[in-house]
Amino acid sequence: MDTVTRRRFLLGSGVVAAGAIAAGGAALSLPELLSTATPTWRGGRTLVVVTLYGGNDGLNTLVPYADDAYHAARPDLAYQPDQVLALDGELGLNPALKGFRKLWDARRLAVVRGVGYPRPNRSHFSSMDIWQTGSPETPVRTGWLGRWLDVTGGAPVDAISLDPVLPPMLAGAGVAGGSVPLKGLKSPKGLPVAALARPAPGESPLRARAAASYADLLSVNALVTKVQGTEPEDPDAIRAQLDLVARCVEANIPTRVYSVSHDGFDTHAVERGPAERLLGELDTAVTAFLDRMARTPAGEGVVVLVYSEFGRRVKGNASEGTDHGTAGVAFVAGAPVKGGFYGRQPSLTELDGGDLRVTTDFRDVYASLLEGVLDTDPGRVLSGWTGRVPLL
Amino acid sequence: MSTRTDVSRLLRRATFGPRAADVDAAERVGLAATLTALLDPPGVDPGAARTPVPVLPPGAEKKDKDAVRQTVAWWLDRMAAAEHSATEKLVLFWHGHWATSVKKVGPALMLRQHATLRAHARGDFRDLARAMVTDPALLYWLDGQQNTRKAPNENLARELMELFTLGVGHYTEDDVQAGARALTGWKIDRNSGDVSLNPNQHDTSPVTILGRTRAFTAESYVDLLVDQPACGQHLAERVGKFYGATPSPGTDIRALLASAWTHLADDHVKSPVDWLVGACRQLGVRPGALKGNPLAALGQVPFAPPNVGGWPTGAAWLTTSAAQARLQVAAQLAEAADLATLDGLPPGQRPDALARTLVVDAWSDRTRAALAEVAGNPRRLVTTALASPEYVTS
Repeated sequence: MDTVTRRRFLLGSGVVAAGAIAAGGAALSLPELLSTATPTWRGGRTLVVVTLYGGNDGLNTLVPYADDAYHAARPDLAYQPDQVLALDGELGLNPALKGFRKLWDARRLAVVRGVGYPRPNRSHFSSMDIWQTGSPETPVRTGWLGRWLDVTGGAPVDAISLDPVLPPMLAGAGVAGGSVPLKGLKSPKGLPVAALARPAPGESPLRARAAASYADLLSVNALVTKVQGTEPEDPDAIRAQLDLVARCVEANIPTRVYSVSHDGFDTHAVERGPAERLLGELDTAVTAFLDRMARTPAGEGVVVLVYSEFGRRVKGNASEGTDHGTAGVAFVAGAPVKGGFYGRQPSLTELDGGDLRVTTDFRDVYASLLEGVLDTDPGRVLSGWTGRVPLL
Repeated sequence: MSTRTDVSRLLRRATFGPRAADVDAAERVGLAATLTALLDPPGVDPGAARTPVPVLPPGAEKKDKDAVRQTVAWWLDRMAAAEHSATEKLVLFWHGHWATSVKKVGPALMLRQHATLRAHARGDFRDLARAMVTDPALLYWLDGQQNTRKAPNENLARELMELFTLGVGHYTEDDVQAGARALTGWKIDRNSGDVSLNPNQHDTSPVTILGRTRAFTAESYVDLLVDQPACGQHLAERVGKFYGATPSPGTDIRALLASAWTHLADDHVKSPVDWLVGACRQLGVRPGALKGNPLAALGQVPFAPPNVGGWPTGAAWLTTSAAQARLQVAAQLAEAADLATLDGLPPGQRPDALARTLVVDAWSDRTRAALAEVAGNPRRLVTTALASPEYVTS
């Protein structure tokens, strides 16, 4: 499998609030969203969650370049010491992460090592469900940020997805985040689309949904030209998604959580080239976004979390690739962030069945963000979780 | 519910775009005989004979864009031309189940896999699964040819259990690692595309899978999986989602289909292929005659599923972007269709005539109002009808 779409995870998983997703969540039009703009900034911080779908290889993202065991385990895949962007004498960033390196130098990048959860699951679907629900032990039907909406009495506009479908993390029990598709309308002229968009009394749920999709289309169309200027060439690109987030923050939109995604990390063979391309796209997009945020008062409080559902096996497979593994690396970046390393780097020799041992529970990271960015008691969202990572 | 609405729903779900004459004929013979004919299509299919499988150079690769285009266009034309339409739809189901993409594999091996799916489409799932686990296209797609005794690659073993046979939650990580060892050593000949077992690279040591310990082969591993109750449940779930039905679990495919087609849910969304091919059949349009790649815009290109999980089903097809693409493609279809009969009718009679052509049981007042706005313009009328919620669902 070398192409994985977000849709696979979002719709294949079925664990989380499938009803809310099937019903289209609360589809917000961009004009509706922008109509919430206020003349002055609300103050406070803003969380931007970047999900890397497909299982990003942590060991080739944060490279233990000085460790002989690294070179021995993946001779075809390893980066040499002179290739990495060294952060200290042991660890360096993938050569594609040049902007992240600058963030590190500016002390605005927290690198969280060995992130994962107990009893790791290596299925993309299941592991992504675990990360997005924030509940490794018991399957639950709500996402961690959906529960944040629930406990704070939030509205869909408070947590926005720039994906065409709502990611499970934004689905709460009583309310779900809004999703704002980036594609506009170019449809044939002279068609009675508005008439088709009306509900018909007594019609089945799926027919009603089909009619509603035309209503959504008309409202998206009304705004894309107005607000966005032109439709982005590739609306799914991480760059286009973060551009729109920047626009919303600059317009003083009250939204406190944005979810964006970057797809395609599910490679198993001949990985280095494609992985570098994907990491390069991430690097460029996040760096440009944070630079832009630094130029506006509202943007000063923006904190970006970057994570993936799992890392990869320490040992390369015979195909110049790696198989699904466990602990990975997460990044937290932005002006409020205290840059540096957090969490222990997992040993490459003391393994658990060929896999890295998790040293930092991802709920520590979530809890710190809930507390430090969203001003919310993490225990109310994460079943009393007490761990923290002091990165804010 | 009358027999006509029963048979029309059955034909809409089991086949691509039944025509008014198909429904008339089915209504005459009744529901039971219609079901029998769908399960065991009588005689040879003249439509299939008119659309023979293309002959590609044996090593046709993914970079041979013409061969890829030819392959995709062929199947769509076959789907539209086939009289045994239930067979074509069933092969599409199996293709989505064992989802393999021409984007990695290349058209020659994809057509070979296609023939295998077709050969086992209605038989015992065990035979299909045995054939598929050493199918060259699937092996290549999931890196199975790189899975060796010394360096196991788990990709195929994991997807075999998670997606193709058992479903999540019915195996452990240890089962994945052990299963990968059972599948070691299979090689694909670059020239012929044939698959063989290299004994030096096959792990013959005993492993424990799902609590059973022995030196598994690919075949005995597959047999173990098919024997699990979870396999029949997983298949029933996949069949049910595809056809909009709630069949009883099992691994006898014909029985699964019979159960699904007699337990149809009220509400179902047509996949883009179902919608497009169905419209082509009902409007007399050859899919290959449409410009561009309409199914790419709609998100479902045969031979190119997005990933090994196959295509989504249900409400997932009802996104805003799908609505936009559907309007454009509907206009293309209306442009390509011969609308002389519709032209000859007074505008007031056109919506009902179109309902019969498109095998829509009834227009809602909402859609009737929308159609009335454009009844004077047959092309816009057909475009609107194809995009209507009644036609998008089945």
